[in-house]
Amino acid sequence: MGEIDMSNSVQVTAPVASADAARETKFHTRGVQVFYGEKQALFDVDLDIYENEVTALIGPSGCGKSTYLRTLNRMNDTIDICRVKGKIELDGTDIYSDKIDVVHLRARVGMVFQKPNPFPKSIYENIAYGPRIHGIATSKEDIDQIVEESLTKASLWEEVKDRLEEPGTGLSGGQQQRLCIARAIAVQPEVILMDEPCSALDPIATARIEELIDELRDNFTIVIVTHSMQQAARVSQRTAFFHLGDLVEVGETGKIFTTPRDQRTQDYITGRFG
Amino acid sequence: MTDAVMTDVQTPDQMRRDRAAHASDAVRRSLKKRYAAEARFRAYGIGAVGLALACIVILFSTIISSGLPAFTQSAITLNVELKQDVIDPEGTRDKSTLINANYRKLVFDTLLAEFPDVTSRRDKRALTAILSSGAAYQIQQMVTADPSLIGQTLELSLPVAADFDLYNKGVITKETDESDRRVSNQQMAWFDTLKERGIIESEFNTTFFTNADSREPELAGILGAAMGSLFTMLVTLALSFPIGVCAAVYLEEFAPKNRLTQIIEVNINNLAAVPSIVFGLLGLAVFINFFGLPRSAPLVGGMVLALMTLPTIIIASRAALKAVPPSIREAALGLGASRMQVVTHHVLPLAMPGILTGTIIGMAQALGETAPLLMIGMVAFIVDIPGSITDPATVLPVQVYLWADSPERAFVARTSAAIMVLLTFLIFMNALAVLLRKKFERRW
Repeated sequence: MGEIDMSNSVQVTAPVASADAARETKFHTRGVQVFYGEKQALFDVDLDIYENEVTALIGPSGCGKSTYLRTLNRMNDTIDICRVKGKIELDGTDIYSDKIDVVHLRARVGMVFQKPNPFPKSIYENIAYGPRIHGIATSKEDIDQIVEESLTKASLWEEVKDRLEEPGTGLSGGQQQRLCIARAIAVQPEVILMDEPCSALDPIATARIEELIDELRDNFTIVIVTHSMQQAARVSQRTAFFHLGDLVEVGETGKIFTTPRDQRTQDYITGRFG
Repeated sequence: MTDAVMTDVQTPDQMRRDRAAHASDAVRRSLKKRYAAEARFRAYGIGAVGLALACIVILFSTIISSGLPAFTQSAITLNVELKQDVIDPEGTRDKSTLINANYRKLVFDTLLAEFPDVTSRRDKRALTAILSSGAAYQIQQMVTADPSLIGQTLELSLPVAADFDLYNKGVITKETDESDRRVSNQQMAWFDTLKERGIIESEFNTTFFTNADSREPELAGILGAAMGSLFTMLVTLALSFPIGVCAAVYLEEFAPKNRLTQIIEVNINNLAAVPSIVFGLLGLAVFINFFGLPRSAPLVGGMVLALMTLPTIIIASRAALKAVPPSIREAALGLGASRMQVVTHHVLPLAMPGILTGTIIGMAQALGETAPLLMIGMVAFIVDIPGSITDPATVLPVQVYLWADSPERAFVARTSAAIMVLLTFLIFMNALAVLLRKKFERRW
């Protein structure tokens, strides 16, 4: 197992490094291991995530891609039995060091979840909550502006501008998910993590979210976990394939889907399993 | 599936159709059975609900029918002359003179004047027994409040003694053998005469709602016990709600899941099942004997009941907190809210309706609790209306118990009336619970 990993990382880092030499590394992770109690969910994952790119994490269910995603903003901390080992650096700082305040980290690394989960409050309050608790904006005008900007960026403004006081949970599924994206944008994070953001949505809503992800790439670094290989192909620049807790292969999305180096990747993307 | 079966066993079409028909027959038969079972079950359900309703109707109708007489009270209207030479012969208007004056003589003389032919001492005493001892007290109160009334003749409506009140209401009748009743034939005749003269009337029993307990049924009221209950409940609420909610929030949201918290959880569940009198003993030993807090006080009663209510509130609050979807917590955490902010901004508001319901259920239990309060002396006979949480007091259920224990027949109706007041309290509390739940419940 270790040998395969070694060869992978060597093979993988070389072409990417040459292709993306100009790009900044946002997350630099080495030897990431995650345990749930006695069970190991991730084995020595080495992965770099570059700025202003969409990185897709794909793989069959239970392969550890969501677990990996959740190590990036320490959402795993909320699970009592979960332990994380290895090096995870955001802009060169170890995010698991004692000096890092997890609240601050999560303000920098926002998250959008699988199921749209707006707060049971008004649309306005959903967006205003984050800036308010972080003290980004205090005056009514500033918050109004952030709400409008965030909703505009999430391409939801036109649909909801006349009903900002209505409950966020009253929107359709796709709108709710865009509201959640707007909510994440509102705290001006650097990275947005998306955990299967479209799995609960219909194809039209999915298409809109995918468009949105592509637009957001200019301002944010995005890591997206997805079950849909087509989606990964459509929205991402780089794709990482996970299998049974291992990072099997990572590279430019085009290459992964056309000329995968690993047999398991080949099998997965051709639909032989997963 | 069928294809596979067909190719494997080479089943002819006919056989397949037969089998299908057979299967649908079997389904039809089993359906019939299922419907019958369903109908039976529904009948059992309706029967159970009906039985429960019938019990409630019987309970309420007995309580109301036996309690209603307590809400009226017979009164006698007399023109009492507030004679200067009886009340204050020296004309000093001194307070103690006014308080200690012989008002009994005033009212008795007035009543005796109605029957000039009654002369013997024994008859006089029998006749004046019609008047409640509260009559003289009422005049005393009036005169001390306004001494200028002395010398005037006032038309006063004075309470009738409980036994005559019962006779007036038809509870005591002439059919009963004279030796078996507390009102003699002679007294009945006098009373009837007074009634014919039109000076006996039945009026709404305001005394019942404005007085505390008394040895005389016609003077006994529920206000003392109601105030006692109110103060006790306030203490209970003030202690158990914040402590219970804090404990529930800590255990549910912050505490690590280890053996210690498991033991705590088991113990909380056990505490909810501890007989309430044990809490009373605890209160007696700790609050009164060790800390020296006053006996019979709503303060101690409230503390004991708070102990008893805590497990209920904690369990209900934890259930309510657990019911808040984890996705809300994740959403807030993902935005960078601290755990405290997650709880206070999102989880607690969403759990509030459930927490309030649990609290009101706990409070309703506490309101009806008697046993632990007996242990800490709230069973005392207290004639003053408590004005604070440290005044001696009793509570509604204990008052019910005390009156049910009293030998005077007139207390029977008052016991039921007190139960009605207690039930009204409960209904108000439950209505409050519904209102609060509606107010806090988010409709989205």
